[in-house]
Amino acid sequence: MYTIKQEVDARGMACPGPLMELVRMAKKAQPGDVIAVISSDPGSIKDIPAWAEKVGHRLLEVIELDNRARKFVIEIQARKPL
Amino acid sequence: MKPYRILIVGGGVGGTLLANLLVRRLRPEEAQVTLLSRDGEHVYQPGWLYVAVEDEEETELSRPEKELLRQEVFFLHDEAERFDLDRRQVWTHSGERVPYDMLVIATGSRLDLDRIPGLREGAHHFYSAVGARNLQHALRAFRGGRIVIGIGGMPFKCPVAPLEFTFLLDDYLRRRNLRQQSEIVYTFPIGRCFPIESVAELAQRYLDERAIRTEFFFDIDGIDPERRRISSLVGELEYDLAVIIPPHRGAEAIIASQIGDEEGWIPTDRYTLQMEGVEQVWVIGDATNIPISKAGSTAHYQAHVVAERITAFVRDQEPEAHYDGHVQCFLELGEGKATLLDFNYEMPPSPPRPSRFYHIAKKLFNRAYWYLIPPGRI
Repeated sequence: MYTIKQEVDARGMACPGPLMELVRMAKKAQPGDVIAVISSDPGSIKDIPAWAEKVGHRLLEVIELDNRARKFVIEIQARKPL
Repeated sequence: MKPYRILIVGGGVGGTLLANLLVRRLRPEEAQVTLLSRDGEHVYQPGWLYVAVEDEEETELSRPEKELLRQEVFFLHDEAERFDLDRRQVWTHSGERVPYDMLVIATGSRLDLDRIPGLREGAHHFYSAVGARNLQHALRAFRGGRIVIGIGGMPFKCPVAPLEFTFLLDDYLRRRNLRQQSEIVYTFPIGRCFPIESVAELAQRYLDERAIRTEFFFDIDGIDPERRRISSLVGELEYDLAVIIPPHRGAEAIIASQIGDEEGWIPTDRYTLQMEGVEQVWVIGDATNIPISKAGSTAHYQAHVVAERITAFVRDQEPEAHYDGHVQCFLELGEGKATLLDFNYEMPPSPPRPSRFYHIAKKLFNRAYWYLIPPGRI
């Protein structure tokens, strides 16, 4: 189980968008923190897992809230040295 | 019955327009409207972009706030220092207590240049009058090399501005015959050049055409001015000139009064624009925590909604106006072309084919702003 430390409801927010909200939260979070964003943007299904993989965070869960919105739950990982 | 005391804090797009709308709608015996603003000058911030790359005169970008307000608005030139929502009063920097019956917080955002190590010393930006002027000087002295554009933190005002700067910079370097000796690198913290896919596809075509290099997932966490390097999660980039959008924060008074989150954004209902859990307090523009573009057009549309809701409240009517998330902004693509992004909570943007028409429309709007927006003509 996990406890979400911070969550943003970005439904209907085309700009700056759910992924940018995740970037914002991830920047402030500590390794081990769990953050979440709610998105109604179909592009998030592809974008958010790709971002998490690229920057080394862990996508814990994608929860279907209704036929349009999904909650993406991410666990922040320690930054790897360059 | 005494008139309601309506206090608007902040003299940007939202605060100025709302003050004028309210005194037009409400009779003096219904409400007295006070605008409390730290700045005696009202600044048209989108113009800073052009100061940096087109030698726009800064003096054309500001006008005295008092001249933009209808005479029925009481203008208080002072800075809000503490919000006391329980007692319905605001304390100012000069020690004055301003009581109110209804409050609108429109305090905008401020730059936090110390949030990223090395940002203040190592990079330029065009998000303030001073920053834009310094960048203009740095570009005039530039004789070729690598210019890196990047995002220092989220959120930031006017999300299209870094792209616009990049295209206008390309024009600028070509005009000065410096493009061949220069590399432009546009970086962005996610996997494409803009959050909205349709806009990103369009802009990427133009970036490619202009031979502008892109680096994605480039989430800047430090700048080394000595070694001229920018570091991010995915690697480092050397630069000769760095243009980095500084992290933004809400007003200091919001943080000091503990009425917002740790970054100074106020929890706000996305439809009614009322401050969450507080009656008779509304928030507009950058000051809200609504995850939407922090932009003048957002504040503009929100001011109309709050003007209607306050009018309904004063007249003991059911408020009907809701903010639908409407934002509209031009996107400059260089070479005299632009497009338009127009969207709301329900409808994502579908930018029309870039053309000279939108570029001219943007340039005209920059001039017509003073006539159209603060007085509430549109």
